[in-house]
Amino acid sequence: MKDLLWLIPLFPLLGAVVNGLVGNRRGWKHRTTSAVALIGSGLAMAAAFAAIIDWATSLGTHAVHANRVFTWIPLGPGLTADGLLANLTIDFTLRLDALSAVMLFFVTFVGFVIHVYSVGYMHSESARSYARYFAYLNLFMFAMLTLVLGANLAVLFIGWEGVGLCSYLLIGFYFEKEWCASAGKKAFIVNRIGDFGFLLAIFWAFKTFGTIDFAGMQALITADPGTYAAAATPIALLLFVGAIGKSAQLPLYVWLPDAMAGPTPVSALIHAATMVTAGVYMVARSNFIFALSPTALVVVAVVGGVTAVFAASIGLAQNDIKKVLAYSTVSQLGYMFLAAGAGAFGAGIFHVFTHSFFKACLFLGAGSVIHAMAGEQDMRKMGGLARHLPTTYWTFVVATLALAGIPPLAGFVSKDEILGKVFTAGVGDLNGFGSVYLVLWVLGLVGAWMTAFYMFRAVYMTFHGEFRGGHEAVHHLHESPSSMTWPLRILGVGSIVAGFVGIGKALSFNLDINLFEHFLHPISPALEVEHAPPLTTEWVLIGISVAVAVGGILLARRFYWGPEAFQRPRALAERFPTLYTTVANKYYVDEAYDRALVRPLAGLARFSWKGIDTVAIDGTLNASAFFTEIAGDLLRFVQTGNVRNYGLLVLAGALAAAAWLLL
Amino acid sequence: MNWFIVHFAQIVFYVLAACTVAGAIGVIGFRNPVNAALSLLGTFLSVAGLFVLMHAEFLAAVQILVYAGGIMVLFLFVIMLVRVRTIPEEPQYLRSLAPAAVGVGGLLAVLVGVGLWAAARTPIANPAALHQVQGISLGNTEAVGWNLYRDYLLPFEVVSIVLLVAMIGAIVMGRKEAGKEGGA
Amino acid sequence: MITTTHYLMLSLVLFTLGVVGMVVRRNFITVLMCVELILNAANINFIAFSRQLGDLTGQVFAVFVITIAAAEAAIGLGIIVALVRLKQTVNLDQVSVMEG
Repeated sequence: MKDLLWLIPLFPLLGAVVNGLVGNRRGWKHRTTSAVALIGSGLAMAAAFAAIIDWATSLGTHAVHANRVFTWIPLGPGLTADGLLANLTIDFTLRLDALSAVMLFFVTFVGFVIHVYSVGYMHSESARSYARYFAYLNLFMFAMLTLVLGANLAVLFIGWEGVGLCSYLLIGFYFEKEWCASAGKKAFIVNRIGDFGFLLAIFWAFKTFGTIDFAGMQALITADPGTYAAAATPIALLLFVGAIGKSAQLPLYVWLPDAMAGPTPVSALIHAATMVTAGVYMVARSNFIFALSPTALVVVAVVGGVTAVFAASIGLAQNDIKKVLAYSTVSQLGYMFLAAGAGAFGAGIFHVFTHSFFKACLFLGAGSVIHAMAGEQDMRKMGGLARHLPTTYWTFVVATLALAGIPPLAGFVSKDEILGKVFTAGVGDLNGFGSVYLVLWVLGLVGAWMTAFYMFRAVYMTFHGEFRGGHEAVHHLHESPSSMTWPLRILGVGSIVAGFVGIGKALSFNLDINLFEHFLHPISPALEVEHAPPLTTEWVLIGISVAVAVGGILLARRFYWGPEAFQRPRALAERFPTLYTTVANKYYVDEAYDRALVRPLAGLARFSWKGIDTVAIDGTLNASAFFTEIAGDLLRFVQTGNVRNYGLLVLAGALAAAAWLLL
Repeated sequence: MNWFIVHFAQIVFYVLAACTVAGAIGVIGFRNPVNAALSLLGTFLSVAGLFVLMHAEFLAAVQILVYAGGIMVLFLFVIMLVRVRTIPEEPQYLRSLAPAAVGVGGLLAVLVGVGLWAAARTPIANPAALHQVQGISLGNTEAVGWNLYRDYLLPFEVVSIVLLVAMIGAIVMGRKEAGKEGGA
Repeated sequence: MITTTHYLMLSLVLFTLGVVGMVVRRNFITVLMCVELILNAANINFIAFSRQLGDLTGQVFAVFVITIAAAEAAIGLGIIVALVRLKQTVNLDQVSVMEG
């Protein structure tokens, strides 16, 4: 199985093709469409698990196993920028190693679970929309799996673009609504900006290394780090630009909150668990390039850390339940990049892993709530839903606790590891930027506090207290069907246990059972083996982060629970009205972009249209037509119908011929 | 008198040439087409004389028979046929097109003349060859016939078909039925 | 001594007169007569060179030219007959159907 890696993305691709080309046209029944889609993603999951098991048992988990599927761009030998001879051929190669195994595992698993959930959630769609949805969802799985399995930057980029496309298709799924279509466009365009940086990075890397194969690049760097140190910084920074776009970091995060216009399972799968984490994955894959460049690392960390706090602060004042989760995702992605920037690539991937479980669970839970509320997403109109939606409530609370970082749940383990590694980097003065890392650690704690606060705010507003939604809506409140609740339960359990694979030394009383870190060790050995802090320091750090999280929860409880709910926050908002409106309006970032970029570009487009296209190009065409007309008018006089005129012209022609022949 | 005899050929040439040119001017000059036709007849006869002067006796005979005797008669017939009611005496328009025509025609003549002048540099060969058939002097007609039916048999046959086609065409076009008119 | 040049000059004059006549005259029949003039000029040319070169080819060709001239005259006159039937005129300026 490990040699048939190409089957893994193939199954969902076939599902997409069948559903898209046949099911969409014929209008299959929901059962058929969902069966095809579930088979597509289910087989992908089975194939992935089989491949991982095969690889682990036969080659061991430290091995890197590559499958060359076909030769893509046969360029043969050539010279790199430094004049070194290299084989420039680019193959379509899939690679299975510890990192891609981790990604493969949760991408296929969470993906399959969400496919099951979608069967119930989308049941009210028409047959063709249903088929279209599942075709897109399967296509997304194909692209994401290609991304994860790519052995070189080119194959990864194929998947990268593919997930961007599917994100656009799925965000704009309800494209009849103007704002949904616009959200899709916004996502794609902002993504494209990042992709531009990514492409430049690929070109630069190809020029520098003569290869864009990860194994090849890593070998070259390991053999001779000095030669490539200078090129590593721009390449790493450009790669990170791509990650900023794809993973919604500052300043290209603006598409993710708008992407909530898509169906909720889409938000769960793409904008929580898989696509947005592609940026983190790509950075972790390229860790050997980043390791050569301290500048790039600190830039990554700063962007990640600032985004974490910035997005969390916006989440404090959002009233749409999906928007809260969206900003939470942006914030958590910031944590992942913060970890990568501190050299803790393994910890970053671990947080990707745990986050996929609890964030997907949160989104699916929100979907369940929205389903019960008949489409209403404003939390101010919710309340007291715990009675009506018990399964949803409990899974939501479990996932929220995980996100807030309460032990022993998954989020606590991964987030704590990140903060611990950042603190270590700060104290150990990694690359000379120690003070920066320490500041970032503090920001990380602030973000954690805010995370706990706004998530429990959401819990209290939605599930506790009295129902504020009005009389008719009450009757509609019901728990979701089992196709929706079972995924919630599965992911809820995942949120609890996913952390257990990565328990660090401190928690396990000096037992070295951090399976995750060991699993990923071969991926990035260089920076991970750093000075591990003493146990007591680790305990103190854990205590601080747990205290911060609990503090956030308690404050949220004070503000939003009980008979005096909403009074304090309202009072606070009235005390600082400008601050409140700024935060509630997302710091007017979208408006700023609109002023600074969108309007000038629209003006340029209008000028190109009215000025250049209409006047210059159409004008040229019209002018040439006009001149042809005039020429015709003049030549008309040759054909007079007068025989003697014709005779004269014949004579003139004979004269010309005689002159040409004789002279 | 002696001078007259010595230069007889030259005198004849100039007389015939003058008649030819006069006839040509008459063709383009006379308003009345009958006059023009008769003038053309004079031209043809002069040309026939010139042919005799150039040792092309057979051709002279053909010229008189076909041109003067056939074509001119045809012309006169048609002139008579369409003349009575239909052709008004029209004044000659030497104004509008004439200058252009004269200019262009003159220019053409100059050019052609230049070419021909250059070509006419070779000396005159033995004119007796024009009467010989394989070395035996028989006469111009036999010589032309010998050439025509041996070396130029194919063009001869083709031309006879052309004549056939022309004959058919002329009959078709000249018929009185309404639906089969050609021309104009 | 009459050289070829004399004959060529003559044929040139005849040719020019024929061409000018073709363009200037408005009577279709007269135009056809001018065509005959041109053909005669060509014939004189052929015979002149035949005499100069001692080759009978020129005379044979002239026979053909006369034949074709006859055919052409016949058809041209047939066209005139048809034209008169249609337009009741042989004035070239009046047979134009196009509006200029």
